[in-house]
Amino acid sequence: MQTRRNFLKMTALSGLMALSGLASVSALAADTIKVGILHSLSGTMAISETALKETALMTIDQINKSGGVMGKKLVPVVVDPASNWPLFAEKSRQLLSKDKVDVVFGCWTSVSRKSVLPVFKELNGLLFYPVQYEGEELEKNVFYTGAAPNQQAIPAVEYLMSKDGGSAKRWVLLGTDYVYPRTTNKILRAFLKSKGVAEADIMEEYTPFGHSDYQTIIAKIKKFAGEGKKTAVVSTINGDSNVPFYKELGNAGLKATDVPVVAFSVGEEELRGVDTKPLVGHLAAWNYFQSIKNPENTKFIKMYRDWAKKQKLPNADSVVTNDPMEATYIGIHMWKQAVEKAKSTDVDKVIAAMGGQTFKAPSGFVAKMDEKNHHLHKPVFIGEVKADGQFNVVWKTKGPVRAAPWSPYIPGNDKKKDVPDSK
Amino acid sequence: MTDIGPPMKRLLLTLLLLFLPASNAFAALDPALVRQLAAEESDDKIAAIHQLGASAGAEAAKVLKAMADDQLLVAGEVVFLFDGERAVDAASGAAIEPAPETYESITVNNRVRSELSNALAALKLYDPDRGVRLAAATELQSNAGIGMVPVLAAALAKESDAEIRALLKQAHAQANLANPEVAARLAAVESLAESASSATRGLLLPLLEAANEPDATVRKAAAQAVDAIEARLAFGEILGQVFSGLSLGSILLLAALGLAITYGVMGVINMAHGELLMVGAYATYFMQTLFRAYLPEYVDWYLLAAIPVAFLAAALVGMLLERTVIRRLYGRPLETLLATWGLSLILIQAARMLFGAQNVEVANPVWMSGGVEVMAGLVLPWNRVVIIGFTLFVLALMWVLMQKTRLGLFVRAVTQNRPMAGCVGVPTARVDTLAFGLGAGIAGLGGVALSQIANVGPDMGQGYIVDSFLVVVLGGVGQLAGAVWAALGLGVVTKFLEGWSGAVIAKIVVLVIVIIFIQKRPQGLFALKGRFVDN
Repeated sequence: MQTRRNFLKMTALSGLMALSGLASVSALAADTIKVGILHSLSGTMAISETALKETALMTIDQINKSGGVMGKKLVPVVVDPASNWPLFAEKSRQLLSKDKVDVVFGCWTSVSRKSVLPVFKELNGLLFYPVQYEGEELEKNVFYTGAAPNQQAIPAVEYLMSKDGGSAKRWVLLGTDYVYPRTTNKILRAFLKSKGVAEADIMEEYTPFGHSDYQTIIAKIKKFAGEGKKTAVVSTINGDSNVPFYKELGNAGLKATDVPVVAFSVGEEELRGVDTKPLVGHLAAWNYFQSIKNPENTKFIKMYRDWAKKQKLPNADSVVTNDPMEATYIGIHMWKQAVEKAKSTDVDKVIAAMGGQTFKAPSGFVAKMDEKNHHLHKPVFIGEVKADGQFNVVWKTKGPVRAAPWSPYIPGNDKKKDVPDSK
Repeated sequence: MTDIGPPMKRLLLTLLLLFLPASNAFAALDPALVRQLAAEESDDKIAAIHQLGASAGAEAAKVLKAMADDQLLVAGEVVFLFDGERAVDAASGAAIEPAPETYESITVNNRVRSELSNALAALKLYDPDRGVRLAAATELQSNAGIGMVPVLAAALAKESDAEIRALLKQAHAQANLANPEVAARLAAVESLAESASSATRGLLLPLLEAANEPDATVRKAAAQAVDAIEARLAFGEILGQVFSGLSLGSILLLAALGLAITYGVMGVINMAHGELLMVGAYATYFMQTLFRAYLPEYVDWYLLAAIPVAFLAAALVGMLLERTVIRRLYGRPLETLLATWGLSLILIQAARMLFGAQNVEVANPVWMSGGVEVMAGLVLPWNRVVIIGFTLFVLALMWVLMQKTRLGLFVRAVTQNRPMAGCVGVPTARVDTLAFGLGAGIAGLGGVALSQIANVGPDMGQGYIVDSFLVVVLGGVGQLAGAVWAALGLGVVTKFLEGWSGAVIAKIVVLVIVIIFIQKRPQGLFALKGRFVDN
């Protein structure tokens, strides 16, 4: 009985909250700006995306506290596309045409971005995409605040080829089966071949989303690694499959000094649910790590920790920050600067004002939005997992790197323009 | 710097350290060498590690250990570590007052780390404790490079324990592969032929080519050694595949056993079965949280406590579902299907409201982490071994319940002929509830096992519902033995297919095989004979 009563209470309460939320929105509509947040809060991607929603809400709260944008308060509209790709398109249509938001911050997987693209193009919306991806795309309606392949994948592989990275000669390209890992691995394969790696020394493996049994794959990697040349694994596994993958890796005793695994979609957040002691030394390549020391980052980490405490997030005392969170934070601030420069939230005017925006990022460098190609100039860091789940930066670029969304390792890309088609 | 000794004395000390390995003296280390550990370039760090390692003192071991643990800190020019609360200069051992405010730990990358672990292992080869020496030798066995030859030879000369000697011999041989002397290389290759590790094979493979190995006799010996190792490895590989198939099968079986009762025996198409697994998994999470909060010293045993709790929680939820919804729909499979699917959505949403939409962390207890190496190249992870054992336990439990208890008898009687059972006085309604509760409880136990290898989240059950039905239908409805064979068969077939074609294709192929099989033999592997099937 008790549970049922509680349930009723909760339902009534949430209904009321929704109603009051609607009322306050319509009352304040004139002096507010609506901002859409489109991240999976359930399903296989929730492990990664929930933190991005929190970061976006935190940044919006921070902006509101310091006076909003052009004197107007930002009102977040949060939707949950539930790791369901068609639902991403539906929800973005709802945000753009029903809620009439001026900008959307969202998506993690490339398949979700690809599924919302037609909607953003049709309704001329504005999307800020905060995650590293495979490139091969340049849309007028999207700003990419994560890394392109030359800002993450290629430097990581180059590092593993270097003496300090272990002089790897043999490569396992392991990923979840969708567009990002497949395209990234296509680029990496071409890159490795250009460096003289033979076809027989590359193994490519894919698993479905949400895959949880990595025994066979680990056994295959072990076998592949035992054939006479130093082997490295490049992992583009996405979502909560990473937890069973790393658990199995640890249990099978595959150490980083023997076969290092470099991951492109695993950061501090994904490792929270894993015992990292057996994983010490495995790598990740990003444009930001929580362990980077500088005043901007200290401020950013503290802000997020305070936010987690205030919002009573689960495990609020152990929250971490990561690269896509930083990219979300940069994206929202840059959008604010562009709106203030354009003196309007009109999508075309904001797009025109975005080029050349700069922001002092928690990575310790000034991130700059490229004048032409809608991507950020970002520094690249390579970190090794430490026993406490943080990363130890073992290599970094001297400064920010310009993104090359059209990878030169894919044939035909040299003819592609570095600016989006303006139609 | 706190070290204020005259330079001459320091130099002498250094020389002493370098050329006369101090037995166990509390001697200061060369400050320049210690500072070199914090150098920018890995090459410099490694050179310093080699020199410190060669000094074989307890102090050097302490500093290198701290470095391997990211506890060797640097503040400006001072390299220090914390001894409890006290900051201590790494070279002299003198206290630093006050402790530096800002400092960083020395960056250790994989290359430096493997040198560090080698140096540390080499230092431990003289430890009086046999266990420590054994661990060190095991460590060196897989990592030793040419630089370790003299150290290993010296340790080998002193060692008397047969097991450690065997490991050291392997390590020594491995290090000797890069020896410029042909005879030494030949001896090394010959003793490595006794190995059965794929890492060793990896080391020997390059020696087959003339570009890497100029001497023909060594090349020939290496080829023989590789053949010998491969023969041993091939066996281990097949065993490994069978094991992972059994492990997958045991998980499928645990997920499906509950359904084998509710669907197989009672005939209820229960789409909420996956959510009963989820209830069990969350019960495990709940017990872990309780233990962490109230019984932190017994936290490793929370899993045992979770078993009855998960069973009861899932059984209660199951009986509640049966009493409120399912019993009203007996004999109407389509409505049952829809209603239970609705129930599954309600349960998922309830879990989201109670525990949040994100996955929760359920940690493996220490005794279930890591693996056991049963033979060279074949590591069986403990969590999977334990789950196979647990599956056997649940199976036995269920067999006893169904075959040896009054409840089991009633359940079988009711499912075979309901009116007749009612006539002889079996309270059929109550038996239905209890049987459904039993099936749900078994699903809860499956949830405990799943929490140890997969993610625990509100939607976790959705991933198992198809597999569970697959097992029950393939095994033959109404049959427990069928479910066992079907689960193990599916597990092994999936794993062999995965090894051959990758996970994505394997999944498709398995589904196609099952569809064809059901077309040819709709009653499943084992058909129940009697009136039950005719209905």
